[in-house]
Amino acid sequence: MNSNLLEINDLYVKAEEKEILKGMNLKINKGEIHVIMGPNGSGKSTTANAILNNPSYIKTNGTITFDGENITNSKTDEIARKGIFMSFQLPEEIPGVSVTNFLKYAKNKVTGKPVKIFEFKNELKKYMQELNINPSYMERSLNVGFSGGEKKKNEILQLLVLNPKLAILDETDSGLDVDAIKTVSKGIEMFKNKKNAVLIITHNTKILSNLKPDYVHILVDGKIVKTGTYELAKEIEENGYSKYRIEKK
Amino acid sequence: MAKTKIEDINRNIYDIKNEDEYEFKIEKGLTPDIIKEISKQKNEPDWMRDFRLKALEIYNKLELPTWGPDISELNMNDIATYVKPKSKLNSSWDDVPEDIKNTFDKLGIPEAEKESLAGVGAQYDSEVVYHSMKEELIKQGVIYTDMETAVKKYPGIVKEHFMKCVPIYDHKFVALHGAVWSGGSFVYVPEGVKVDIPLQSYFRLNSPEAGQFEHTLIIVNEGASLHFIEGCSAPKYNKVNLHAGCVELYVKDNAHLRYSTIENWSKNMLNLNTKKALVGKNASMEWVSGSFGSKVSMLYPMSILNGEGAKTEFTGISFAGKGQNLDNGFKVVHNAPNTSSVVNSKSISKDGGKCTYRALTRINKQAKKSKGMVSCESLMLDDISISDTIPVNDVRTETAEFSHEAKIGKISDKAIFYLMSRGMSEEDAKAMIVRGFAYPISKELPVEYAVEMNNLINLELEGAIG
Repeated sequence: MNSNLLEINDLYVKAEEKEILKGMNLKINKGEIHVIMGPNGSGKSTTANAILNNPSYIKTNGTITFDGENITNSKTDEIARKGIFMSFQLPEEIPGVSVTNFLKYAKNKVTGKPVKIFEFKNELKKYMQELNINPSYMERSLNVGFSGGEKKKNEILQLLVLNPKLAILDETDSGLDVDAIKTVSKGIEMFKNKKNAVLIITHNTKILSNLKPDYVHILVDGKIVKTGTYELAKEIEENGYSKYRIEKK
Repeated sequence: MAKTKIEDINRNIYDIKNEDEYEFKIEKGLTPDIIKEISKQKNEPDWMRDFRLKALEIYNKLELPTWGPDISELNMNDIATYVKPKSKLNSSWDDVPEDIKNTFDKLGIPEAEKESLAGVGAQYDSEVVYHSMKEELIKQGVIYTDMETAVKKYPGIVKEHFMKCVPIYDHKFVALHGAVWSGGSFVYVPEGVKVDIPLQSYFRLNSPEAGQFEHTLIIVNEGASLHFIEGCSAPKYNKVNLHAGCVELYVKDNAHLRYSTIENWSKNMLNLNTKKALVGKNASMEWVSGSFGSKVSMLYPMSILNGEGAKTEFTGISFAGKGQNLDNGFKVVHNAPNTSSVVNSKSISKDGGKCTYRALTRINKQAKKSKGMVSCESLMLDDISISDTIPVNDVRTETAEFSHEAKIGKISDKAIFYLMSRGMSEEDAKAMIVRGFAYPISKELPVEYAVEMNNLINLELEGAIG
C-alpha cells in the first residue's frame, strides 16, 4: 500500500523577485506529523504557500506530488478540493459573510456534496464547544473583529469541519497564550488519524510537547538542512539555529 | 460543479420579450398634438391636459443638465412616450392577458402577492394592468390604485399633491414627465392606519424605443405607516429606452414610510428618475434602493425634513458592469430643528463600469441641533472600472453635527487566495466577497429582492474571469 501523501522534489520558489526556496525536498506519509522549524526568512511560510500554489509565489523548478497526482501547477481551489488545508498565519477578514455560511459553502465545495443544514450546525456547535469558541461567533462575519487568538481558533474550526487529508499549520501557535495553544493542539489531536497527516510550521516547541511529532525538519536558507525527531526540536529550543547556519557554509 | 438553487436563476427571465403588441402606440416624438392625443386616449379631465401642455412648454425651455453622465444619445424624436397595452385594468390575475401574465408570473409577482404582500400593482408599458389590495385595508380607508383612476376618482387629493412635491420646473426630465406621465400608483393611508405588510408595484417596459413615465404619489397621513416596494425591469433591446418616472411622497407628522426599490432595467435604458419625500414633524422616511440595470442612471432620491424631529435614512447600493454609468446618490435638506439623516451607500463596479456617488446634505440655519451622517463605500473589481464620490455638504448652523466617511477599495488578492484555499473557485471567491460587501444593504431589502440581488451579483461575476 502506498502510504505516501505529499512529496516535494527539488523545489525552487521566488517571491517578490527574490529566491526563497532553493532545492527543497520533503516527504510526508499518511499518519505522520511533521514539523518545519527555521529562522525568520528561511522559507517556512513560502513552503506552505507554494504547496497551495499561491499566485504570488513563483515556482522556478521542482515538483509537488499529492496523493499520487502532480499538483505543482494546479489551482489553489483544486488543491484544496484534493484535500490540502492551510491554516493561515494572518487569516483574512471577510465582512458580511457569517462563519456559518462561509463554512457551509466551503464544505459544499470541498466535498462536492450538498450540506445538510441541521447536521452541519450541530457539528459546528460541537467543534466550537471543544475549541472554546463562543457560539455567537457562528453568525459573526468571518474573522471581522476577531482577536488574534480567535482567528487562529477559527482556522482550527475550519480544519475540523473541512477534514482534509493534509493539514498545514502555518505558525498557528504564534502570538497565542498558553491556554490558546492548548486549545489549538487539542483541535489538532481531534483531527489527526492514521489516514491523514499534519505539517506544522512553527517557531517554538510549546505546541509540540502535546503532539509528539514524528519528524522535525530544520529549514535554513530555503533548504532542509537537518531532519530528526522531537529531540531535535528540543535541541533547537536550547541552542537556536546558529549551528545550522554555520554548517551550511 | 454543484450549485445552490439560488445561483441557478439566470437573466433570461428579465429578457423575455413579448411581441410588441399594443392597443395603441403613440407616434414617436414630442409635440402638443402628441400630448393632446395621450390625454385624449386617457379620457382625462381638461385640467390635466392643460397641465401636460404647460409641462411640455417648460420642457422645451429647459436645458439638459451640464453635469453628470453623457445622455446626448437620447433623441426624444425616437421615443414613443405612450404605449397602451392590450389590456384593461384588472383586479384578478386571471383576467390579465396570457402573455403579459406570463411575464409577471416569471418575475414572481403573483406568487409574492400571495405570500407576503398586502397589495400589488403591475404596470406593463404605459398602463397599469393589474391592481388589488387586501379587503381589510380597503375597510380601513386605504386607497391603492393606479394614477389614472386617482385623477378621476380623487381629483381633490390629486390636485393638491400632484407635482407639488416635485415641481415640473425642477429639471428637464421632470418637465418631460409632467407632459407624458402615464400609469404609476396612488396610495393614500388615512390618519393613524398602520399598514403592516408591504404594498408593491412592479413596472415592466416591454416595448422597444419607448419610454416609461409612471407617476407614484403616496400620502401617509398623521401617525400612519406604510412600506411600499417598487420593482422595475425591462428586456434588452438594441435601441435606447427611457425611464423618467416621478415619485412624490408625503410623510405627514408622526408618520412612517419605508420605500424600497430595485431598479433592474436592461442595459439599454436611460434611467432618469426623480424621487422626493416631504417629511413632517417627528415623522420618518426610509429609503432602500438597489440600482443594477440601465446604461445610464441618474437617480438622487431626496428627503426634505420640514418638521421638527423628522428623520430620514437612505440605504442604497449600485452595481455597474460593462458599459454602465450609474450616477446615483441621495439628497437631504434639513429645514427644522432636531432633524436627523443617516446615509449608507455602497457601490460596486466591474468590467469598466462606472459608479458615482453624488450627494447633497444641507443643514439649514433653522435646523438647530440636527444631525447628519454619511458613509459611502465603493468596491472596484478590476483596474478598468471607475468609482467616484462627489458629496456636497452644506452645513449652515454651528449647532449641527455632521460626519462624512468615504472608502474606496479593491478586492484583495489575499482574500481571494484565502477563500480559494477553502475550495472555492476564483469566481466563487469574488462573488462571496461582493455579496458580503453588499450584505448590509441587501439585508434591508425585501427578501425576494435580496435573493434577486444576490443572483444578479453571481450572474454579473459568472464568466467574468478568463
